Amino acid sequence: MKATVVVRPKDGILDPQGQAVEESLRKLGFAVGHARVGRVVDLDVDASSPDEARERVDAMCRQLLANPMIESYEVDVRE
Amino acid sequence: MKPRVAVVQFPGSNDERDAVWALKALGADATLVWHAEPELPAGTGAVVLPGGFSYGDYLRAGAIARFAPVMEAVTRFANEGGLVLGICNGFQILCEAGLLPGVLRPNASLSFICRDISLRVERTDTPFTSRCEPGRSLVIPIKHHDGAWYAPPDLLDEVESNAQVVLRYEENPNGAVADVAGVINRDGNVFGLMPHPEHAVDPLLGPGDGALILASLLDAVAERASAGVVFA
Repeated sequence: MKATVVVRPKDGILDPQGQAVEESLRKLGFAVGHARVGRVVDLDVDASSPDEARERVDAMCRQLLANPMIESYEVDVRE
Repeated sequence: MKPRVAVVQFPGSNDERDAVWALKALGADATLVWHAEPELPAGTGAVVLPGGFSYGDYLRAGAIARFAPVMEAVTRFANEGGLVLGICNGFQILCEAGLLPGVLRPNASLSFICRDISLRVERTDTPFTSRCEPGRSLVIPIKHHDGAWYAPPDLLDEVESNAQVVLRYEENPNGAVADVAGVINRDGNVFGLMPHPEHAVDPLLGPGDGALILASLLDAVAERASAGVVFA
């Protein structure tokens, strides 16, 4: 099973990296509103069903991949 | 007997030798303990988690170090009431390990900040600040990129109402909420701060106020030893 985790700064959490990217894009002439910078984790998961894989990756997110005080995450699972 | 302090060395720590030097200069028996050790040395009276960039600060600052073998022993030591001081990266590790509330985020400026800073001491009744005089500020250097302490509003309320904020910046350098520079746990035996007391011990090198923090800790270790309290 393959899983992709996207971790983002939670809404309302100051994201200085996103702000720096936003300003740089504007300097290049791109009209952008907000930019937020997160990270992507690709995983090979040993699981017999997508549900099981999702459950396992969710636990990984809660325990390590994201800090729930400041980050939200989304999990995408595929065969 | 000299107060015995274990200074943990992770791959990527870089202030562990300064911490040992400073603690020894203040009369401690301080030794380095490698991160792969499963136990703390016998008779350990306090643990210091030093500054640096443990495990390259991968994922988030301090996030990986909490899985080091020695951290199980440190957590046990802390839960039994042992004194633990986390400096800079050590503070980040204690937050990620859940031994202290909150989390350290990148500075609002995204700049690495390295300079002396004034701190307000909110409490002098802790094992880490007993030598500080109420109402007198401390000047201690900071040097960090991820030093903005953050807690969600409900956690911040809890931390404030339990008087767990021990040190506050007089001028906020990094965007920390509520100007927090140092936080203690509810039991009062685990303390983390972003400033570096171990770099402010010898007046030859600048301000000497860091000695007040480290000497307070050594006083507490000595006091406990003479009362026969042993944790490790």
